[in-house]
Amino acid sequence: MTIQHKMIEARPAPRNTVGPVAWLRANLFSGPINSIFTLLGLYLLYLLLTPTIQWAIINADWVGTSRDDCSREGACWVFVSARFTQFIYGLYPRSEIWRVDVTFATFAALIAWLAIPRLPFKRWVVLATLVAFPIFAYVMLYGGHFGLRVVETHRWGGLMLTLVLAVVGMVGALPIGILLALGRRSQMPIVKSFCVVFIEFWRGVPLITVLFMASVMLPLFMPTGVSVDRLIRAFIGITLFQSAYMAEVIRGGLQAIPRGQEEAAAALGMNYWMRMGLIVLPQALKMMIPGIVNTFISLFKDTTLVMIIGLFDLLGIVQAALSDSRWLGFALEGYVFAAFMFWIFCFSMSRYSQYLERKLHTGHKR
Amino acid sequence: MRNNKNNWLLATSAAALALGTASVASANTLQTTLDRGAVQCGVSDGLPGFSAPDDQGDWQGLDVDVCRAVAAAVFGDADAVRYISLNAVERFTALQSGEVDMLSRNTTWTTTRDTTLGLNFTGVTFYDGQGFLVSSDLGVTSASELDGAAVCTQSGTTTELNLADYFRANGMEFQPIVFDTSEQTVGGFEAGRCDVLTSDTSQLAALRIQLSDPDGAVILPEIISKEPLGPSVRQGDDQWFNIVKWALFAMINAEEYGITSENVDEMRNSEDPNIARLLGQDGNYGEGKGLDANWAYNIISQVGNYAESYDRNVGMDSPLQIERGINALWTDGGILYAPPIR
Repeated sequence: MTIQHKMIEARPAPRNTVGPVAWLRANLFSGPINSIFTLLGLYLLYLLLTPTIQWAIINADWVGTSRDDCSREGACWVFVSARFTQFIYGLYPRSEIWRVDVTFATFAALIAWLAIPRLPFKRWVVLATLVAFPIFAYVMLYGGHFGLRVVETHRWGGLMLTLVLAVVGMVGALPIGILLALGRRSQMPIVKSFCVVFIEFWRGVPLITVLFMASVMLPLFMPTGVSVDRLIRAFIGITLFQSAYMAEVIRGGLQAIPRGQEEAAAALGMNYWMRMGLIVLPQALKMMIPGIVNTFISLFKDTTLVMIIGLFDLLGIVQAALSDSRWLGFALEGYVFAAFMFWIFCFSMSRYSQYLERKLHTGHKR
Repeated sequence: MRNNKNNWLLATSAAALALGTASVASANTLQTTLDRGAVQCGVSDGLPGFSAPDDQGDWQGLDVDVCRAVAAAVFGDADAVRYISLNAVERFTALQSGEVDMLSRNTTWTTTRDTTLGLNFTGVTFYDGQGFLVSSDLGVTSASELDGAAVCTQSGTTTELNLADYFRANGMEFQPIVFDTSEQTVGGFEAGRCDVLTSDTSQLAALRIQLSDPDGAVILPEIISKEPLGPSVRQGDDQWFNIVKWALFAMINAEEYGITSENVDEMRNSEDPNIARLLGQDGNYGEGKGLDANWAYNIISQVGNYAESYDRNVGMDSPLQIERGINALWTDGGILYAPPIR
């Protein structure tokens, strides 16, 4: 009988349990059925990807200025590159485009400041974003002050318009939504019934109807000579519509906060707004992040509906470009581009919301 | 039930339209336009050859040129136009409510529209009509040879009804193949699902370009429906009605007298009394419309005559390559005819 005095030295794991081969075995070929499905999946992927890559990359035409530069064997990205400025800025005058750039760069900087936890003066930046920035953006984009040329809203378009609509809708809908949600839970009968009626009315009507009413019926009921800009009509329609949805998301979050929290706050002598602002909402909003971001993403995509009231958002401007007789027949390229842009924005929003959830995670996550 | 609903909707919109008419009918459109500094012109939200933004973001097209002509007549500057893109549903309301001063949006002139919607058509910019596109391999030269053909068409349009009428009237059989969008219709034609594709001729030309081999398909000469497309204005402002009407007539007259945007300055010295009157060298024919004597000169020098606009946007100099056909001048075998200026 031998006695081992030394510990056996640590040996590497058996070769078939580590490395790519093991990963493949564990995840893709763990049994005959799984192996068959893996192979089938790979084959389907091959069938789908080969023509896509052939069309989008290998046979595609990338450089040029007109449709004659396209061989038509693959995608004609020339169409997108020739129209790129237009897809981003719409019909905004070319010489004034810097104003859009400055506005959006400022906005991105403010958002980045708020998003990065280390940076100081958060309170002031929030104030600047919510109060000073809208005024700044209005002056920059619309003009008419400080020697800036007026650019009427019918020249706005493309990605710029999509972003403006989405940002105005989000920034407007969140506070209104919070008030509506609080109102709906209120004990005061008039406030409560007003909020219920408002929410149920706007939630019960499709956005497309709201936009149609705003663009077709509203002008007829206005006194002669008074006309509200159609972009403003779209802003109001989208904001009211989204705030109703937002209110219900927020109400869901409020209901998840135990009643004891509010009662404890009341016991400390806090008034209604302090209880809500300091105790209930901070806990509730955190839990509502997925719901809120969900609403934002759907709002971002819903902005394409303004196309039907003659505003050229990203998708609208792509469609308008498709009807230029010099560029007929490149619908697929245009739509692929629009889809890609939308995906980038929606995916970023979704990633940011996941980051926020992790950051604010204090035990609610399961 | 559904019918009732529709009637109710119709009644509401009619009432709304009547209201709109009443509230803006008295407005002086020329004065409003001058105060604003631009003509608000309702155009389509994208129709090849008629109105679409080009690579630079400038609106181009036959319909757009009418807007530009009016702006040139009123302001002496063809660029003084605000284009408001309108879809088919909101176009008439936009005109009624005063959101646009004029509508130049590929709109067919029909009795109902002219008499019950509170608007007036000022003329015809393009005589459109439903035609047929066939593959040239088929060897068909006339629509009368289409008996038994499978016909691709777009759903929900009058195109379908016209098609059925035409084949029944000529005692022929056909098999309709209906698609939702124009892209699908082209796809169906290309895939060989049908022998013939039918739509308005102006659309056929645009559809033909989208084929992988545009030269392999021809548009048959037969036109089976009347679709006169023209600009319209609100009822009740005759001065503005005259301005829009004569802006188009000036372009047509200019073609007839051989005045183009290039030679218009030389033509000002012309001895021909017709030309002298049109270009404001003999009498002031703008006065009656509230414009100055150079109104037609400005149109022709900045927008061009009708032929220039046609060729540039839908004719032989454009990708659409639509023949003049009945849109030629009355002197060239077409039906385009403008009253004289005198």
